Order: sequence, then C-alpha cells, then structure tokens
Amino acid sequence: MADDRVAGAPDLAAIYRREIGRCTATVVRIVGDIDLAEDAVAEAFAEAAKRWPAQGTPPNPGGWITTTARNRAIDIVRRESKRTERHVDAHRLTDDEPAMSPDLGDVDVVLDDQLRLMFLCCHPALGPDAQVALTLRLLGGLETAEIARAFLVPEATMAQRLVRVKRKIRDNHISYRIPAAAELPARLAPVLAVIYLIFNEGHTASSGPDLGRSDLAAEAIRLARRLTELLPDEPEPKGLLALLLLSEARRPGRTGPGGELIRLADQDRARWDRRLIEEGHALVRQCIERNTPGPYQLQAAIAAVHADAATAEATDWSQIVALYDHLLRLRPDAIVALNRAIAVAELDGPDAGLAALDEVELEGYHLYHATRAELLVRLGLIAEALTAYDRAAELTGNDVERRHFAKRRRDLLPHSPAWSRP
Amino acid sequence: MPQYMLSVWLDGDPTPPPPEQMEQMIAGVAAHQEELKAAGAWVFFGTLAPPGSATVVLADEGAVSMTDGPYAEAKEQISGFTIIEAADLDEALEWARKGSEACTWPVEVRPLLDGPPEPSD
Repeated sequence: MADDRVAGAPDLAAIYRREIGRCTATVVRIVGDIDLAEDAVAEAFAEAAKRWPAQGTPPNPGGWITTTARNRAIDIVRRESKRTERHVDAHRLTDDEPAMSPDLGDVDVVLDDQLRLMFLCCHPALGPDAQVALTLRLLGGLETAEIARAFLVPEATMAQRLVRVKRKIRDNHISYRIPAAAELPARLAPVLAVIYLIFNEGHTASSGPDLGRSDLAAEAIRLARRLTELLPDEPEPKGLLALLLLSEARRPGRTGPGGELIRLADQDRARWDRRLIEEGHALVRQCIERNTPGPYQLQAAIAAVHADAATAEATDWSQIVALYDHLLRLRPDAIVALNRAIAVAELDGPDAGLAALDEVELEGYHLYHATRAELLVRLGLIAEALTAYDRAAELTGNDVERRHFAKRRRDLLPHSPAWSRP
Repeated sequence: MPQYMLSVWLDGDPTPPPPEQMEQMIAGVAAHQEELKAAGAWVFFGTLAPPGSATVVLADEGAVSMTDGPYAEAKEQISGFTIIEAADLDEALEWARKGSEACTWPVEVRPLLDGPPEPSD
C-alpha cells in the first residue's frame, strides 16, 4: 500500500491517507479522465517521496500534490498524443467545467470535487460490488491488491472489476457532478449504502479467520465523516456516522483475549470506547433535534440506547422495540425484523421473541438460526436449540462466529461444565 | 453529443396483452417518441418483426451459409429500439424511465461508442 511507495518519509503515509481522495477528486475534474488522474496522482506522490525528505514537506501538501499531478497529466497527454484524443476530447467526464488548459497556475483542492467523486463511484447504474471497489480505490487510495484481499477475491478479479467499471463510466458519459436537490435522496442512498457495506465488512468480515478488519472500518468512518462535512444539512449522513461510531466503540469489547466473539449481553462495557460513544451521542442528539428520522438515524438511535446502558440488564428494551417498529415502517426489511424480534424477546420474554421470529423469512441467514437457538435454550428446548446452532455454524463464512456457535452448542450438552454447576 | 440505444427485450413468443391495454401502450410509446422529437433528442426508432422472421447469414471464405431464426438462442429477444442523443447517462436514464412507464416493460440503456471499438476487457 502507500507505505511501499513512500518509504523513507515518515509522515508521507499519513498525508497519502488524508489527501489521496481529495487530490484524485480534483485531478479527475481537471483532466476529465479517471485512469489519467490516477496515473498522474501516483506520479505526484512518487515525486513527493523523492523530494520531501530532503526539501521538507510543503505547507499545503494536498495543493502541491494536486498541482504536480495536473502538470504530470499534461505531460502524459503530450507523451501519448493518441491518448489526447481518446481521453481528453472524446471521453471527458466533466460537463460544466472548463476544459484542461495549459495555464499552469497552482490548483487547489476543491471540496465539492470529493462529493462529485463519491456520487460518481456510487452511481446507481453501477453494480454494488463495483461501487464499493471504486470508492475504496479512488477515495480511499487503496491498492487493487488490498481491496481484493479485503473482499477475498483474487487480485485479477478485482483488477478486472475496476477496469470494467471505469470503462462503463467512460462509455456511458456519466457526468462528474453533484446531483440536484430533487435527485439527492435517490442518489444519496447508494453512497450511504456503500459506506455502510465497507464498515460492515470491517466490523464482521463475511468470511475469513478474523472477526473484523479494522482498516476497512476506519476507512468507512473517514468517508462518513467526510460526507457529513460535505453535506452538513443532510441528516442521514449524520445518522450513518453516528451509527458507525457507536458500533465501532464496542469493538474492544466484542472479542476476548483469544480472539473469540463475546455477545453484546456479555461484553465488558468498561472496554467500550467512551470518546467514540460521546461523539456518536452528540450526533444522535443533533438528529433528534432536527426531527426528520431516516433509517440510519434510527439505527444510530438504537445503538445509542445500547451505549447508554451501564449493564446489559439496564437496557431500555421498550425504547429499542419502539425504534425498531419505526424503522420497520420506513424500511420493511427482514434483517430489521430479525433484530426487532431479539429486542421483543428481551422485553416480553422468549415466547414472544420466537413468535416474532416466526414472522421473519430469513432461513438462509446464520444469525436467524443463532437467534432461534438462543431463545430455544431459554425455553429449555435443548434438542431444537442444538439443531439451530448446527444450522447457524453451517451458514456462516466467518471462522470466529463458527467457533462461537460450536462453543454455545457444546455448553448445552450434558457433560459440559455448564451443567455441573450447583 | 453522446448517443444511446434504448431497447426493449421481450419473450420471443409473447402472449399479447388485452386489446385496450395494447392500445394504451401503443399510445404511450407514440407520445414518448413525440416528446423525444420535441426535445431534439430523437435520432431513430424501430420496432422489429418477431424473432422467427430473422435469418442469420455467415460468409466464410467465399461460402455463404444461412440459418433460419434469430442469432441468439435466448428466450428474450430485442423487439424494438430508439436511438437518442443525450448530454450524459443521467439524461438518457430519465428518457428510459419515461419510456418504461409508457410501454410498461424494462428498457435497456446502452451507449453507442463515439469512436472505433477498443479491445474489451
């Protein structure tokens, strides 16, 4: 990743992480082509790695990179005159911006460009996998190999996915623009979904040896934070950021010393990150004051109720059920219904929880069976609970989760220590 | 100006809708075509005879072979298309939305290349 390319300059990796998205965003607008912009920004960072250790880091590193990349892009275009026609004339991404001019004044990063790039990467005409890959590549500056590792696909597959999506953008003349107010709700939804998906993969990897991947979670939080800065009047990005912060706050409590999973009810809440919780709470309060609830704001409010409880027993389950009811009305979704059933079981008992669960159609989802198993145990229906844990273990792709289900199952067997307690 | 093909793909041997519904669709599609023309976005429109009326011709080193029926053995076959001009994909997608509303079928939006074809990935 960045560290390879910036070896020898101690602060360059941090600058890369912070600046790559905005530099790429502005250079894409100036040169009107994604591949050309990527090449030029990479060359500019390489140039920085050569110069900055000796000459010192410039006061505005992002501006330096952007200006250098723009100049590099012009060099590249001159070098490959065929590419000039192909990229600059025929496939310009921009619609209302002036064409690339040889006027070599300094260019500065434009905040709006990042928003343009977010909406481009998450254009609804692009598939969800492609949206995620392109967002991580262009806004996060992750190398293709890193993205491939994160989603456990071969690097060649990921490389091809990126080539295809960039080609689709080019062939289709997708504009580099910020959607108008009327389009914003529809266009914002996939942006929020992509950030949430990146976070979720970071929070509980869909497969692999580790429970989560903290680098992806951090990247998602960075993107969500940037989105709230760019669209300060939109409540849902705030809700999303709050949800991510409140979920991330629990990370230190979610696994034990051996990397094993610890359920929410059993977590040591002293290990939760208070700083993240406070930031999340402040955002939730802003959302409540504004009073235009949306799916992410409601999920953040639920996470805030959990974070408020000093112990699992102190959780205000009636408020959580009420929030899930509201969320279900906005987003009638089986996963939401599953989570609501869990809250109902806490509020009204395992019978009521199982009844609510019977309404949910999620037979192919491991957490549906894990939830059933927990409720069956509470009702003393051990044989049925064993079958449900088996099904959950069969369905998950995450090794830590699978071990957790196996352990829960073992604890139910007559020879287990759990049964010999007085 | 970029050009796009908006096409409708139907079951090659469809059950025709009831007459009044059919009339409504034909009127809707005609109105959509008029709107495209009024906006200066219209380039070409065609509806195709059923796929069974197609013939595939292959010329190979002087020998010509002909096959009865459409080239692709897919169940869904192209049944009609409009070529439009639009400033960008979003504009083309908006025309497609109106077109789908008019004909009640899915509409595929596909850009025409504005240069010679490049090797695909």
